[in-house]
Amino acid sequence: MSQDTVIFDQAGIARALTRIAHEILEKNKGTEDLVLVGIRSGGDHLARLLRDRIVEIEGVEIPLGTVDITMYRDDISSRGTLPVGKTEIPFALDGKKIILVDEVIFTGRTIRAALDALIDIGRPDCIQLAVLIDRGHRELPIRPDFVGRNVPTARDEDICVFFDHAQPIEVRLVKS
Amino acid sequence: MSFRHKHIIALRDLSKDDIEQLLNTAESMREINNREIKKVPTLRGKTIINLFYESSTRTRTSFEIAGKRLSADTVNIAPSNSSATKGETLADTALNLLAMKPDIIVMRHAVSGSHYFLAEKVNCSIINAGDGAHEHPSQGLLDMLTIKDKFGRLDGLKVAIVGDITHSRVARSNIQGLTKLGSSIFLAGPPTMIPPGVERLGNVTVCATMKEAIQDADVVMMLRIQQERQGKTLMPNAREYSRYFGLNPQNLQYARPDAMVMHPGPINRGVEMSSYVVDGSQSHILKQVENGVAVRMAMLYHVCGGTAVE
Repeated sequence: MSQDTVIFDQAGIARALTRIAHEILEKNKGTEDLVLVGIRSGGDHLARLLRDRIVEIEGVEIPLGTVDITMYRDDISSRGTLPVGKTEIPFALDGKKIILVDEVIFTGRTIRAALDALIDIGRPDCIQLAVLIDRGHRELPIRPDFVGRNVPTARDEDICVFFDHAQPIEVRLVKS
Repeated sequence: MSFRHKHIIALRDLSKDDIEQLLNTAESMREINNREIKKVPTLRGKTIINLFYESSTRTRTSFEIAGKRLSADTVNIAPSNSSATKGETLADTALNLLAMKPDIIVMRHAVSGSHYFLAEKVNCSIINAGDGAHEHPSQGLLDMLTIKDKFGRLDGLKVAIVGDITHSRVARSNIQGLTKLGSSIFLAGPPTMIPPGVERLGNVTVCATMKEAIQDADVVMMLRIQQERQGKTLMPNAREYSRYFGLNPQNLQYARPDAMVMHPGPINRGVEMSSYVVDGSQSHILKQVENGVAVRMAMLYHVCGGTAVE
């Protein structure tokens, strides 16, 4: 019997994204050289919403890309092959400030894979990480720069971000 | 839905879902081939042996590049410089290679079905790069990807395959794959080169003339005359063949105006196809070669994660 706790509703997610958008602009002093890259799948939707907010605040268009990390996973032999999604970064990364966006940060291994993927494509000036939820249990020395909410969890719990037509509607803590 | 095959020997053994997954993965792999640094670390530490008992330029190079782009170590073995010329059997060669712990053996062999024999002897993955007149799954898959690129689907297309069907493993893999994904196949060729009972493979029609096969076709796939595989004379001469079964700008007009022309290569210009068609605007021949690398990357990737079900 699983128990779900709603830890973020639609309005809460929207507020957190608005705050993160402001924080990104504050930290980077505007939009110069800024690009957003979302991790498939989930992070790409959040990256698009952050881009919309930044455009709204600053009135400047900024490039948006997505990265698929399947080819960079470290567990191909142990868990079998997964479907490979498309990486779409239709702009040069050299000299850019990349905001990497994911929904939940857990062990940090996904982010490690995404960093490798981005560095294979170009040489950015810097990479900053924005996540909606930080649930702890890091296995690598990686930390997010922008966090929607810190949620302490047990290892056997799960954080699920629910989307409806690419719009985040709810974040739940699922106890198994 | 995950791909669960340890070996890829024939498209006949794969389900519609398996084939669709390989094609989807191949589409994603293409992005890597367009990068400045064309390499991902996915198969780092894996060893791939390319064992080619028959000559090949495209397929061998393509498999080698595919392996290298996925960071695997690839080793090529050709018969002229291997122990096979000294009388070693396939089984012995395989066991010796196996002692060097490869993860995948990509093999081309003149004997149909030799890969099934090999798969029983070894514990690594086997990928068929062509076996006799049986199948050539990577060619079938890259042809399907090229068709899908142009039409966005494979379902409901009319595909004409013209030439030496009997000796063509390319035709067999395309028939197996395309019919599973909903295309209709129309075959034409000299009666001596049409295998009896080929209609039983699925949605396949044997046509009496080339015109009938390519009439309103979406895809016209031409095959090479496999002189090295034909035991006896199956046609009077190349000129007569070309006259009845060669593709030229005149008979290409029977096909749909946006029909695509394909050929697995190597081409005998002026025999199965005139140069006007080979180099014409409807030709997708080089696109096929380009897609070959992406498809083979997808095959290597998926067998590495597959568990044995065969």
